[in-house]
Amino acid sequence: MSAVTVPANTAPPQGLWQIALRRLARNPAGVAAAGVVAAFLVLILATAFAGLAAQWDDQVAASFAPPGWLPADPADVAAPAQPSLAVPAATEATAPIEMYGVVDPLAAQLALAQQHGAQTAEAPRNAWLLLGADKWGRSVAQKTLKGAQTSVLVGLAAALVATLIGTLLGALAGYCGGWVDAVIDWLYGVFTAVPYLLLVFAIAAVLQQKGVVTIVLILGLTGWTGVYRLIRAEYLKHKVREYVQAARAIGASHARRMFVHILPNVSHVVLVQLSQQVVSFIKAEVILSFLGFGVPVDVVSWGSMLNETPNELILGKWWQLAAAGLAMALLVTAFAMLTDALRDALDPRLK
Amino acid sequence: MSFYLLRRVLQMIPTLFGVILLVFLLFSWVGGDPAYVLAGKFSNPDDIANIRRQLGVDQPLLVQLGIFIRQVLTFDFGNSWATQEPVSHIFATRLGPSLALMVPMLILETLLGVTLALAVAYVRDSWIDRLLTLTTTTAMSISLLVYIIVGQYVFAYLLGWFPVQGWATGGEGWVRFAVLPVLLGLAVSLAPAIRLYRTFVLDEIQQDYVRTARAKGVSEWRVMLVHVLRNASIPIVTNVLASLPALLIGAFLLERFFSIPGIGREVILAVERSDFPVIKSVTVSVAVATMVFNLLADLAYQWVDPRVQLS
Repeated sequence: MSAVTVPANTAPPQGLWQIALRRLARNPAGVAAAGVVAAFLVLILATAFAGLAAQWDDQVAASFAPPGWLPADPADVAAPAQPSLAVPAATEATAPIEMYGVVDPLAAQLALAQQHGAQTAEAPRNAWLLLGADKWGRSVAQKTLKGAQTSVLVGLAAALVATLIGTLLGALAGYCGGWVDAVIDWLYGVFTAVPYLLLVFAIAAVLQQKGVVTIVLILGLTGWTGVYRLIRAEYLKHKVREYVQAARAIGASHARRMFVHILPNVSHVVLVQLSQQVVSFIKAEVILSFLGFGVPVDVVSWGSMLNETPNELILGKWWQLAAAGLAMALLVTAFAMLTDALRDALDPRLK
Repeated sequence: MSFYLLRRVLQMIPTLFGVILLVFLLFSWVGGDPAYVLAGKFSNPDDIANIRRQLGVDQPLLVQLGIFIRQVLTFDFGNSWATQEPVSHIFATRLGPSLALMVPMLILETLLGVTLALAVAYVRDSWIDRLLTLTTTTAMSISLLVYIIVGQYVFAYLLGWFPVQGWATGGEGWVRFAVLPVLLGLAVSLAPAIRLYRTFVLDEIQQDYVRTARAKGVSEWRVMLVHVLRNASIPIVTNVLASLPALLIGAFLLERFFSIPGIGREVILAVERSDFPVIKSVTVSVAVATMVFNLLADLAYQWVDPRVQLS
């Protein structure tokens, strides 16, 4: 084949990403999965910025209000258990309690709260909600949306951190070789010698303050090893290729060869890894929050929702488990299918 | 061979040192001063100074690192901060329940996984294969928390077939308390195992030697169980050996839900109580076990496939 042969079809040359996008569009399962993931992302953006599910922490319904499409439970109809927060006046102690000279440090706040409680009449609560309510009468539908925001944002952010670290270390180790490779490989050996969740637990035990940023850091700083291994192998393969030698011949610096010349050629590996990491970090966040090492109490995530469900099930209130479990299953399946479709589209040799 | 072994064991030393350094930095540098936790809510400077002296945290960091290395080498991590129980005793008593749960789970998972993988690979691309792929995909999408929560509720609370939680030693106690956790663990781990082993078997089933065996009139059973299985067992054995260190930490979620006094539940309790000696010892021990089992996996690899040269 001569180098100057003009191709028969005169269509403009296409980049890898255009070809990959077309391949993805031909894969119906991939398109469906991308649609589900996109729908989730739209909902999450709406909760984060447009105030969707902003009232998730408000007690809008009766305790354990059932989903509206369920026939009413006869036991609940017979005795509408409506816990009232107002203290009955008769039982309130009228005589001041003898304090023996000790000053009650909370007296001022207590008086304020009592005054506030007496002034504001409790808003009427709904007897039912679309997806039911939890123990405190909070809407399960809103909690699921808000929980999706927490879980997915943690998964995305942690995956970004882990992929960034893994790519950087993998590029350095694979490209530089020598003692740099030896040192980074030693670090890799250390991090893979300890099982992942055990390492996460150890860090969670040490870091006393809870918070979303803390989980992102824990998961991101421990989860880079898989990306590192693949990227290092790619760089080992690419650094001896002719285009890199050509770049060297025209005087491109090491950093330029690493990140301008080689990185775009391995970026499909990075993208697939990122997508895979999101799924595993969402799962890890759910387990961490379930165990109480994850999000703080004023933040809701799918893990903290599932944490409430064993006790609810015994009372026959299954809707929170169903909502959180199904939402998570849907997103995880869609994301995993999207990852597979991305891999097929970007690297057709891997079949 | 002995040279290979010696080299591999020597290679473990820097990794082990790295793990020790990582754990040490995490707990001594990031973790803060344990004396304030140990002294309790009503403490005075004398008590705190006393505790610091006892733990050795008033020494310079390098001396503390030396103390920790000595602890690792003698496997004497001192006492638990929460219960004052010796950490070695915690290990000795909690390992049994974890193994009683995990060993049957691993054996059943491997046997069932390999059998089903052979079966569906044999009828690949048929409706049975597709149905199983669909089932495993669905099964893997559901959080393992949901499996345990629903399983415990339905089979233990609602139907009453098993006790809700608890543990007892001896064979009778195992039958009573361990069967449900083992089955639930299996329900979670079987789907990924089948998918993985199916790809291993499919890799072999398309090889030329399978066609040769069929051409010379070998029965289908013999083709699958002798020719294919033997070759597919190479990655399977590696995979099983690689999952062995996980036995040490056990299935911590199962142990927590069913109140089984194993290592995994101990780790969760230790994280809740900031019980550093327990977490440190478990982390280092599991790291050592991982390295040893990785070596064993490589040795087994050569044993199963003599073509593999260890150098």
